[in-house]
Amino acid sequence: MLTYTIRRLLFSIPTLLFISLIIFLLLELAPGDPMAQVPLTVPPDVKQKMREALGLGEPLHIRYVKWLIQFFWVEPQVFVDWLTRDTWLLGWLPDTSFSEGKLRVISWQTRSPVMDIVIQRIPQTLWVVGLAYVVGILIALPIGIYSAYRQYSIFDQAGTFVTMIGFSIPPFFTGPLLIVVFAVGLGWFPSIYDTTHVVRDWASFKIQLQQMIMPVMVLALQTTAQISRFMRSSMLDNLNQDYVRTARAKGLKESVVVMVHVLRNSMIPVVTVIALGIPSIFGGAIITENVFKVNGVGQLLLTALFANDLPMVQTLTFIFALLIVVFNLIADILYGLLDPRIRYD
Amino acid sequence: MTEQTATPKSFEPVPTAPPRSQWADVWRQFRRHKGALFGGGFLVFITLAVLVGPYLWTVDPQKLNIRFKDIRPIYTALWDGDAKVNWAHPLGSDNLGRDILANLLSGGRASMAVGWAAMLISVVIGTVIGVVAGFFKRLDGLFMRFTDLVLSLPILPLLLVAVTLFRQPLRKNFGPETGMFILIVAIIGITSWMQTARIVRGEVLALKEREFILAARSIGTKPFKIITRHLLPNVLSPIMVSATLGLATAIITESALSFLGVGFPSDFPTWGKLLSDAVPRMEEFPERVVLPGLMISLTVLSVNYIGDGLRDALDPRIRGR
Repeated sequence: MLTYTIRRLLFSIPTLLFISLIIFLLLELAPGDPMAQVPLTVPPDVKQKMREALGLGEPLHIRYVKWLIQFFWVEPQVFVDWLTRDTWLLGWLPDTSFSEGKLRVISWQTRSPVMDIVIQRIPQTLWVVGLAYVVGILIALPIGIYSAYRQYSIFDQAGTFVTMIGFSIPPFFTGPLLIVVFAVGLGWFPSIYDTTHVVRDWASFKIQLQQMIMPVMVLALQTTAQISRFMRSSMLDNLNQDYVRTARAKGLKESVVVMVHVLRNSMIPVVTVIALGIPSIFGGAIITENVFKVNGVGQLLLTALFANDLPMVQTLTFIFALLIVVFNLIADILYGLLDPRIRYD
Repeated sequence: MTEQTATPKSFEPVPTAPPRSQWADVWRQFRRHKGALFGGGFLVFITLAVLVGPYLWTVDPQKLNIRFKDIRPIYTALWDGDAKVNWAHPLGSDNLGRDILANLLSGGRASMAVGWAAMLISVVIGTVIGVVAGFFKRLDGLFMRFTDLVLSLPILPLLLVAVTLFRQPLRKNFGPETGMFILIVAIIGITSWMQTARIVRGEVLALKEREFILAARSIGTKPFKIITRHLLPNVLSPIMVSATLGLATAIITESALSFLGVGFPSDFPTWGKLLSDAVPRMEEFPERVVLPGLMISLTVLSVNYIGDGLRDALDPRIRGR
């Protein structure tokens, strides 16, 4: 298992390098000019200097390597500095200053480090998207278990239908639909997610809850559809196994048979699917964040794209890719750990 | 058993029904899946509507008519007597007086065209890569590693990046509509072939070891002929299933891009574009959001159901029962 993990970790390095190269070349080949917005009255030599100030004067490969160094070497150093300076966890260590005087990945829009902005935006995304994912899983698991246990019952048929709808109705339709019904028609929830809202007491907590319900519902519908399907088919695979008959023959209670024996074995593939779905939910949240005006990571990517802020776009896209690679790895390792029948070596 | 061997030859049952072809069997099984049948019916209906509809409902979707702007659909008159309705615009008109029914029809045309074209591209790429990787052992590792790599790319962000960045030159070269169409179809097609490739490769790997391939090889059939004559017909069913899923994904992806504002221009609307254009005024005119949204959802739902039914119908283990 350990050798497998190490091998996979080593293999993910060229994968990540390749992905970063693809993203870099894509942005490079694109025929947009970051100087396009500069007025025509600016003389060409000044323009050239501005270009160089943005780091555009260098040839292609040097810029790519510089970005790599900034992302993989300087940013972790900044992180270590922050750890030893400002956190209680490692704050007792002497303050380090690895990153002093080194250039970080700078956003062209705000002229501040990209990672700082990303870190500002991550809580909003995690709070809405992450909670939606958890809620979706919590709804999906019981549905999947029960519809497998009572296969072809009315509940199962209804569950299948709802799942099909969850697969088919895109979030950019459910979002506006919910807004029309609950925000405009009934007036229960606000139509826009206010990220500046601070939870201080019970009343403000209620407002926070109200504004979170709709985006969470939209995202949770997608998650529920996928995971309840997986849970159901995985339960069905296990319910006909010999060990289930043995457990029943021993005289175990039905609840113990289903909820302990079958469920634990059925959860193995479901856990990996849950792990695999985490990065895609970040990408898919772009639409939901746009509908409910949540200023999270997805919205950051969109605004950066429209503003032609290439360092920001590149870093964000690469972070999404990094998440996918990392969670693929986690899913594979989890599968091996949970299921003793799987041996990778 | 002994009884059977003792039976005289003349009693051997003569098949009364004419032999059924494989596709007749598939169709029989497909018909038993109610959802798939409804889905198929709806898809045929929608396809016919967007193909023939513009000839029957000959209102120009781009015609501005400021006197007849913001007309509500005719059915709002049922509960709201004061609503501004007009039989000339059965589904109402938008804030510039463009007819919504005509827009829905022409938008459906664009959406379906994008969906089908992108799906065809992705299925062709996926099949080629899958068959080559499964059939030629030397290329297998390389191709599958490549597939894994592409699978770990963040698709939606990359789509957004590609569309925003390459929009201008393609528009310049091919005109705003054709350029956008080529760009979106190509990009969706290029980024969604991976699942097909994986499934096809798995099937080909299993088929390759079967006797009929060995027989074909032993009479000197060239690899290309083996692929086209013997392998492709046998992997048709998984390809068809993943093609239906691909069609659904392509329609949704195109609408999502249009919704985020990087898709088709407003004067060449697709369903997604109609929906996103209507969102700012959805408090007063919810139907403008609901109608295109319903079209997208119903089309995708029916395609998904067809895929479900096809999967059952094409699986010989299920079909016999």
